[in-house]
Amino acid sequence: MSVKYAETEPATGKSTYVGQGVDRRDGPAKTTGQARFAAEFPYPDLAYAALVHATIARGRITALDTTAARAVRGVIDVLTHENAPAMKPAPKMSVLDLSSIASGTSVNYLATDEVHWNGQPIAVVVAETPETARYAASLVRPSYQELPASVDFAAEEPNAVPEKGIPIMESGADKGDAHAALAAAPVSVDLRFSTPPYNHNAIEPHATTAVWDGDHLTLHEGAQNIPWLRKHLAQRFGVPETSVRILSPYVGGAFGGKSRAWAGTLLAALAARATGRAVRLALTRAGVYHTVGGRTPSAQRVALGADAAGRLTALIHTSVSRTARIGGMPEPITAASHHLYAAPNIHLAQNVVQLDLLPNTFMRAPGESIGTFAVESAMDELAWQLGMDPIELRMRNEPERGPVGGQRFTHRMLKEAYALGAERFGWSERDPRPGVMRDGRWLVGMGVATAFHPSMRMPAQVTVRLEADGTLVVRSGMHEMGMGTATVQAQIAADEMGVPLESVHVEYGDSDLPPGPGAIGSVQTASAAAGVIDACAKLKKSALALARRAPGSPLRGRKLEELQARDGGLHHARGSQTYAEILTAAGRDHLEAESKAGMLGFVARTVLERRRKVRAATGAQFCEVRVDPDTMEVRVSRWLGVFDVGTVINAKTAASQLRGGIVMGIGMALSEQTLIDGRDGRIVNPSLSEYHLPVHADVPHIDVHYLNEPDPTTPLGLLGIGEVGITGVAAAVANAVRHATGRRVLDLPITLDKLL
Amino acid sequence: MRPFAYVKAADVESAVQAAAEPGTKFLGGGTNLVDLMREGVEQPDTLVDVTGLPYDTVEELPGGGLRVGAMVRNSTLAADRRVRARYPVLSQALLSGASGQLRNMATVGGNLLQRTRCPYFYDIASACNKREPGSGCDALEGFNRGCAILGVSDHCIAAHPSDMCVALAALDAEVEVRGVSGTRRVPLAGLHRLPGDTPQVETALEAGDLITAVELPPVPVAARSRYRKVRDRASYAFALVSVAAALGVDDGTISEVRLALGGVAPKPWRAREAERLLTGGPADDAAFRRAAEAEFASATVRQGNAFKTTLAVSTIVATLRELNEGAAR
Amino acid sequence: MPEIRMKVNGSVASLEVEPWVSLLDALRERLGVTGPKKGCDQGACGACTVLADGVRINSCLALAVQYDGREITTIEGVSHPLQEAFIRHDGFQCGYCTPGQICSAIGMLAEHTAGMPSAVADSGPLTEAEVRERMSGNLCRCGAYNGIVDAIMEVSG
Repeated sequence: MSVKYAETEPATGKSTYVGQGVDRRDGPAKTTGQARFAAEFPYPDLAYAALVHATIARGRITALDTTAARAVRGVIDVLTHENAPAMKPAPKMSVLDLSSIASGTSVNYLATDEVHWNGQPIAVVVAETPETARYAASLVRPSYQELPASVDFAAEEPNAVPEKGIPIMESGADKGDAHAALAAAPVSVDLRFSTPPYNHNAIEPHATTAVWDGDHLTLHEGAQNIPWLRKHLAQRFGVPETSVRILSPYVGGAFGGKSRAWAGTLLAALAARATGRAVRLALTRAGVYHTVGGRTPSAQRVALGADAAGRLTALIHTSVSRTARIGGMPEPITAASHHLYAAPNIHLAQNVVQLDLLPNTFMRAPGESIGTFAVESAMDELAWQLGMDPIELRMRNEPERGPVGGQRFTHRMLKEAYALGAERFGWSERDPRPGVMRDGRWLVGMGVATAFHPSMRMPAQVTVRLEADGTLVVRSGMHEMGMGTATVQAQIAADEMGVPLESVHVEYGDSDLPPGPGAIGSVQTASAAAGVIDACAKLKKSALALARRAPGSPLRGRKLEELQARDGGLHHARGSQTYAEILTAAGRDHLEAESKAGMLGFVARTVLERRRKVRAATGAQFCEVRVDPDTMEVRVSRWLGVFDVGTVINAKTAASQLRGGIVMGIGMALSEQTLIDGRDGRIVNPSLSEYHLPVHADVPHIDVHYLNEPDPTTPLGLLGIGEVGITGVAAAVANAVRHATGRRVLDLPITLDKLL
Repeated sequence: MRPFAYVKAADVESAVQAAAEPGTKFLGGGTNLVDLMREGVEQPDTLVDVTGLPYDTVEELPGGGLRVGAMVRNSTLAADRRVRARYPVLSQALLSGASGQLRNMATVGGNLLQRTRCPYFYDIASACNKREPGSGCDALEGFNRGCAILGVSDHCIAAHPSDMCVALAALDAEVEVRGVSGTRRVPLAGLHRLPGDTPQVETALEAGDLITAVELPPVPVAARSRYRKVRDRASYAFALVSVAAALGVDDGTISEVRLALGGVAPKPWRAREAERLLTGGPADDAAFRRAAEAEFASATVRQGNAFKTTLAVSTIVATLRELNEGAAR
Repeated sequence: MPEIRMKVNGSVASLEVEPWVSLLDALRERLGVTGPKKGCDQGACGACTVLADGVRINSCLALAVQYDGREITTIEGVSHPLQEAFIRHDGFQCGYCTPGQICSAIGMLAEHTAGMPSAVADSGPLTEAEVRERMSGNLCRCGAYNGIVDAIMEVSG
């Protein structure tokens, strides 16, 4: 494959570490139990908090009897709307200050007698032991005046209204007359899809340890976005941002679920302030379901029209998502449909309905994950109608430019991805007829789907510091939820500076560090990399300047462009110096450089750039399923994904993230769903025993390939990899099931009852 | 969970005496009871820990049966060579239940008394006649995909969750119970009760009754037996439908058949009607299907669990077919 | 309040615990042994897996009083080739389920060696399918299952 023109400056260091499958730096800590998570920081006066949850969907608390709870020995306090200190209201969402996104809901906890969702926290018990707190919480007796509530998505979905667009997310679009083209198309499909609510279910339930010292708050918290959370907490508690310290060295999984300030975080801080104790609030698993939003359910329509040769003439994709009256954001369900296929007539529209439920929130590839299920299932169905191979159908409709806006693709290698995938997966062995491939008694099916996720970048501040002994310290408040954050940034910094990987230290997960990018929207690695590269460039410049001032330096008179950063210093054929030598000669014990980037202008840049370019990670998902012909149990037996994610920094951790997305997609396709009772809005399966995450036995070997072609418009050619892995997965499964059984399931998850 | 007193039973007599007091429960491996206590579903005053009692061995019975102590762990029983040879259906049932860790903890006695996984039973904010008699049943019109379709009542449609019990039902096991007034034996078929209008009464046990052993009679046909569990993921999930079956075929004619079902009833369900129809008839798919359908003729289905009839019938057919094909080889 | 003595990772620990304290909470909150994790507190995720006299159990459903006199090994007390194999094969991402996965795998390998059957196979060498079945009591939401299985296969082989 050809190397493309790079718009960004090439790295001046050579690639020694970038691309290698380096072991994770936190591996020893995580495999020996030394890695401490938020609920594991001891304090001598630590108290434990537990939440009391409402059991009605909407109404008012008419009485809250805490007598029995207070009488339990070891109870320190019971906080309710009648006695809790007031927090300031949650900031309203504004694109001018993206930290406002941290408001998970507009509800101000323990401020009023109002109940807005079934499960809303209405009291907090603080006690000397966790068992006492939880038991006493069960003794708090609320009385309610119930009010009518809308909680049933399926019933309310027809009343959805067009959503208000958010500038940083894609929403509706129109090109040509898609409805007329559909009506005139010789071949067409018109399908209605539905997807259930899903929950993140990071294995670490949300936990907070909060400690006040005067007006200074220290918070141990698994956070995906330290700067946003810090600002939010400062606003809610009326203290300066500098008075809030957030420590988040390890995050036990997040997937979007730890990107906002949910009830547990706020109420831990509130309880600590009210009691004067260090307070730990570790949510129960059910508590997570009741207080942390999940993925919206959706109702979708995809209609496709094509000519007999399989060229699309019409593409219609409309969606309904669900937010809450008290918060939530519409999810860009049709976003990928802007960019996938070269249809001359396109209609995309996103609608939303507001219910009396806990607001939805970001969950791995919000929008694209469920949107690609619908559009990629419909493409497969169209292929069946045409009697055409589904890969061939996609290739015939591969666009040269953005199908809606005519933007330029910075990078588009889906043809290559499908070609490689088909070869490696053995696609040619697929008998195109449904229900004829067998392995023993099992029905076998093969399906494909396209993965697509936009690649964005957010501002990141980074400092890099050279010590006189040659050590390099990279500092940025980044987040480690399992992506290998420190490892990949160390690889980048080591290459940029030309120092051994072992001599690079990376500090992250602390609000005292320069603010890092949020670990959201697959932006963290590329965003931080931009900062690291920039800071390293400045550092090398400073080092050279120091050297040039030193009498007798072999680098005197040299320009940076003539030098190579390697072997721990700056090199030229006619003379080199290590950084240690440079610093020692100058009498300096260290040298530091900083990369700064503000949020100002970011939104405007993103919006403007989107008009001109489409930048996305893409991939081809290949799935093989086995279906038991008697029970219709579906098991995924093989998986292969070929991804175009730009440059891969760490072959090991990148593959793991892509696999992780695929595994979550398999769960989404086959077994996961959050059941919400349509009568009272109560979550019926708030547990890991009844919400079925994939287990070991559900997951086959997943073969991951990447094209490893740098994107010409990003630092190091990086595209985000955190979310693209899940996109297309559910469709690939559904398409394989269609092939194995002849049955098209439009309603996730594909449980066996839908195939019987 | 609500505070309680903990007593480690020194011997069976004192255990039974202690447990005869109201509010007292026996504690085995704790894998179900501790969970229910934490959820506030169970709120005993006293737990009597019986895991130290000397009922932790599997012994030979005259005639080829086995006597399984009630404190034997699920994993130990599943691994027992005699069980694997004589009652493979039981070993398979145990191994298809829960996880390796839970099987190492759970006792045979505790497994017999596992309580339903109906989500409304588990959530104390919901109406459940089993948990709170007279409060109603939220499952009737709610999410009842996992609920029972045989032997249900208007008061309760909760399904029995145990895998082990389904195999024991097929094997005509007997349960030895030590009570205040001595030792007695209860056929497994009589241990669990149907809900009727008292779904809170789940077994024939009285206050203080301690299960001390399960006796497996010799069942030669069980040497060729199979447990087939159908669920929403490949492992570590409760059954939507499960089938415990043993099949004896003589020259194409069914000489003996044992068939019990899980996931479809409030108790481990011995499919006697199907057995009756099968015995003496041909061993083929059509006969298997006719018998299975007859067993479900009286099924009471709801929107969420109507699929279970189809699923159970085809799972029975598939399991018997597999046993029959195994016999033919 | 009952007093219990356990050997935790080789050291004798005496502590007073109410009977309603789980082994997991006794370890984490009373003894500061935070390697075993709480993911569900109801035996549904396996993050709390520890070895009791070498046998893997879910410590969240174990009452501490029931483990008086027992020897408990948590990830902090483990020194096993699996740990390095997990790193080499990237058998984790966030690391929260990892202590449970490793303790479970150690217990699982011992079970297999002792001839314990599984739902996949009654006997024979440990296959990947068997490892997946036997390890299904340990959830990993990051989806590191491939790496975990590879690590176990390498160490068992």
